[in-house]
Amino acid sequence: MTVSKMRGGLGRRDLLKLAAAGAVGGAMTLPGTVSVDAQGRKVLNTIITPEPPIAVPGINNQGPTLIVGGKLFEGLLSYTPKLEPKPLLAKSFTISADGLTYGFVLEAGVTWHDGKPFTAEDVVFNITKLHPEVNPRLRGTLANIESCVAKDASTIEIKLKAPFEPFILNFDSTTLPMLPKHLYEGTDFRNNPANQNPVGTGPFRYGEWQRGNFIRLLKFDKYWKPGKPTIDEVVYRIIPDSTLRGVSLQTGQVQLAAFNDIEAFDVPRFRAEPNLDVSIAGWELFAPLSWIDLNLRVKPLDDARVRRALSMAIDRAFILNRLWFGVGKVATSPIASSTKFHDPSVRLPAFDVAAANRLLDEAGHPRKADGTRFELKFMTLPYGEIWNRLGEYIRQAMGQIGVRLVGEAVDAGTWARRVGAWEYEMTINFVYQWGDPTIGVERTYVSSNIQKIAFTNTMGFSNPKVDELFATARRSATAAERQAAFSEVQKILVQEMPVIWLLELAFPTISDKRLKNLITTATGIHDGFADVTM
Amino acid sequence: MDLSHFLRFIAQRLIKAVSVVIGVIILAFFLVRLAPGDPALVIAGQSGAADAQFLDQLRQQFGLDKSMPEQLFIYLKGIAQFDLGYSHRVQRTVASLIGERLPATILLTGAAFLFAVSVGVTLGVLAARRVGTWADSLITVVALTCYATPLFWVGLIFILIFSIQLGWLPALGMFTIGADLSGPAFALDVGRHLILPALTLGLFFMALYARLTRASMLEVATQDFVRTARAKGLREGPIVRRHVLRNALLPVIGFAGVQAGTLVGGSVLVETVFSWPGVGRLAFEALLARDYNLLLGVFITTSAMAVVINLITDVVYALVDPRIEVGA
Repeated sequence: MTVSKMRGGLGRRDLLKLAAAGAVGGAMTLPGTVSVDAQGRKVLNTIITPEPPIAVPGINNQGPTLIVGGKLFEGLLSYTPKLEPKPLLAKSFTISADGLTYGFVLEAGVTWHDGKPFTAEDVVFNITKLHPEVNPRLRGTLANIESCVAKDASTIEIKLKAPFEPFILNFDSTTLPMLPKHLYEGTDFRNNPANQNPVGTGPFRYGEWQRGNFIRLLKFDKYWKPGKPTIDEVVYRIIPDSTLRGVSLQTGQVQLAAFNDIEAFDVPRFRAEPNLDVSIAGWELFAPLSWIDLNLRVKPLDDARVRRALSMAIDRAFILNRLWFGVGKVATSPIASSTKFHDPSVRLPAFDVAAANRLLDEAGHPRKADGTRFELKFMTLPYGEIWNRLGEYIRQAMGQIGVRLVGEAVDAGTWARRVGAWEYEMTINFVYQWGDPTIGVERTYVSSNIQKIAFTNTMGFSNPKVDELFATARRSATAAERQAAFSEVQKILVQEMPVIWLLELAFPTISDKRLKNLITTATGIHDGFADVTM
Repeated sequence: MDLSHFLRFIAQRLIKAVSVVIGVIILAFFLVRLAPGDPALVIAGQSGAADAQFLDQLRQQFGLDKSMPEQLFIYLKGIAQFDLGYSHRVQRTVASLIGERLPATILLTGAAFLFAVSVGVTLGVLAARRVGTWADSLITVVALTCYATPLFWVGLIFILIFSIQLGWLPALGMFTIGADLSGPAFALDVGRHLILPALTLGLFFMALYARLTRASMLEVATQDFVRTARAKGLREGPIVRRHVLRNALLPVIGFAGVQAGTLVGGSVLVETVFSWPGVGRLAFEALLARDYNLLLGVFITTSAMAVVINLITDVVYALVDPRIEVGA
C-alpha cells in the first residue's frame, strides 16, 4: 500500500512535483534572490515557517522565534549532539563536587549590538529577574536557585538549594538566552520596545522585517569571535505555500530549509538532488517524541489492556518509512533515544494485530454484529498535511481491531483549548524532551501535573510508583542513581501505556552543499551561524 | 443635479455607513471570540510548555482577563478615537500592521481590478459586436473557462509555465529581496512580480465582466432608441460607444462596485500562492493565532472600505446614467 493510494487522485502537490522535476531537468533558475549580491556580499537565503510573532527568545518561545532569535541572542553554553555542555558566552564553567555550586567565567570583549559591554550583571539579571517571570519552561528549574551573584565583571556563582543534576542543560540560546539588562531592567518585559528592535550578543544583528515578506539579519561587525561570522546577511523569507517552499529550494532561490519548511514526505526528492544535503541531526536537545494522547477518563481507555492492544495494532515501521520516509526513528520508550537516561533495553509491545484482537476480547470488548468493538473520537493535530496522513493511517489501523475512530478536524487554537480542557478522547501530540527526563518527560506522567493546560498530564494518568520514581530521579545527585530510577519508570510506563508512543520525530534540514558547519550542536539550526561558511 | 441636494445625500449615506460599521464591529467582536481557544492558548500550545501563571500573565497582558462587556467597551472607546488597538502577539499597533500591508494589497487588487474591467468589458463588446461568429464563441469559451477554474490552480499553472519553464517572471514575493533597487528600477521589479498574481486574481472577474457586458450589449442593441440612431444615419462606431455601451454598462458598474468593495480585503489564496504580503494573509494568520484586535481591525477597515465604495458606485451610476438621481 502506498500513501498516494491512501489519498487518491492527483493533488496540487503532485502537480508541483512534476513542475519541480521539469525545472531541475532544464536547469532553470528563478529570477530573484542571489546568494552573492551586487556588492559581493554573501547572503544566506532561507525560509521560516510560520512567521514568528517577534524575534526575541525567552519573551516568546514558539519554534520559529527560537530559530530566528538564535542568530541574534546567545546563551552561556551550547551542547554537543551527545548533550555535553560546551562554552559559548561562558568560556568555562565549574560544578562543585556536592553539585550545589555552579561557577561561570564569561568571554572577554563581548558587546551587545548597541555597543554596551556584556557583563556578569546581565547574566544575573536574566537568571534571577527576567526568565523566572517570562519563561514558563524555566520557572521550575530556576526555582532551585538559592543565590546567583556576580563575583566580578566576568564571573558568576550560582548556589542551588539542593542538587539538581539537569541544571547544566539549561544554558543554551533556546532555553536561557541572554537579554540586555540595560534595556529590560525595570520595564514591562513582555511589552518592552526592544522586543521590536532586538539587541543581543549574537553573530547577527537585527536588520529589517517586512511582515509577511522577509526578515533580514545583518552581520554584527563587533562580534566577539574574531573573523566571525563569515556570512554578511541572513534573509528569512516567508513563503506560506509549502509547495513553493520546495520549488524555491530546488531552484536555488533559497539555500536552506529546516523545521516546518519542508514536510517529511517531500524529503525523498531532495535526497536525490546532487547539490543538496539532507540532515536530520541537530534536534537532540529537543528530541520531539510523538504519541497518541489518550484521555484516560474515557472508557475503555482507563484499562491498560485496551491501551496496550491499541498500541499493538500500530505498525510504527510503516509510519516511519511510508509516511515520514525515514525522517526520524521508531519510538521504543517514553524517553527518546537521544535524551539522557534512555534505557535501550526497554521495548514497546511488538506490532501484532492478532494479539491485539485477543487482548481486546479478553478485556471484555467483543466485536459486535457490525464488526466493531467500540467507538472513539479522534482529533487530528492541526500542524500540517503529514499529521492528517498519520490520522488516516491510525484510523485504518484501529479499524483492523474493531475500534472505530470518528475524526474531528480542528485548528491550532481549538486543539490547544480542547486538550487543555480535557475535552477529547484521542489525539496526536508531540512534546520536546529538553535533554533530561526530569525537565521534559516527567511533566507528562506525574499525577502532580494533572492540569487543565496543554502539555501537562492532560490524560489524567496517575500511578504512585511512577510519581515516586520521578521524584527520586529529580532529587538524586548522581547520574547512576537517576539512571536506576529512570530505567524502572520506563519499564512501568511501557506496561501502563498512558499514551501510545509513535516516533522520535526529526525535522529535516535541507541545505545547499556549499554551506559548511551548519549543524554542529544538539540545537542545530537554532544556533548563531557564526561558523557557517558558504 | 444641484449641489446641496448632492451633499445632503452624501451626508445621509455617511450616517448610515457609520451605523453599519458600528454594527459590524459589535458583531465581529463577538464573532471572533466565538472561535474556540484564545491567543494565550495558541501561544502556549505552540511554545510546547505553559503553566497557569503563564496563561494568566498572557491573558492579563491581552486584556482578556476583563469581562466581555468591559472588553467591548474598551474596544469601542478606542475605535471612537480612531484607535484600532494593539496586537499583543506581534507587539505592534493594529493600524501600523494593516497600514504596512495596505499598499501591497491595493496594488495587487487594484491591478487585478483594472485588468478585469478593461479587458472584460473590451472582450464583452467584441463578442457582442460579432455575436454568433467564431470570435464570439472563442471569447465565451475563454470567459467560461476562467470563470470555472479555481484561483490557486490558475496561480500554480502560471508559476509552472512563466516562472519555472520559461523563466520570464518571478514567482515569489513582491520585489527582489536584497537587490536594494530604487526609483524606476524598483517599480519595474515590483511590476514584474505583480503580473502573475494580478492576472490570476483578475481572471475570474474579467470573465464575469465579459459575460455581463456581452449579454447587456445584446439586450440594449435591440431597443428602439438604437434603431432610431441607426435610422438617423449615425455610423456604427458612435452608436456602439455612445448609445449601446453606455446603457449596457450599468450592470457592469454594479458588479465592479462589488469587486471594488473587496479591494482592501485582499485575497488569501492568491497572496498565499504568490507569497504576496497582503492583508488577506494577515487576517488569515490573525484568525489562526486568535489575534482578536488584529482580526477586528482588518474587518473594520474592510467594511469601512466596502461602505465607501458603495457610495462611490451610487455616484458613478448617476454620472453614467443621468436618469438615476442620487438620493431619489
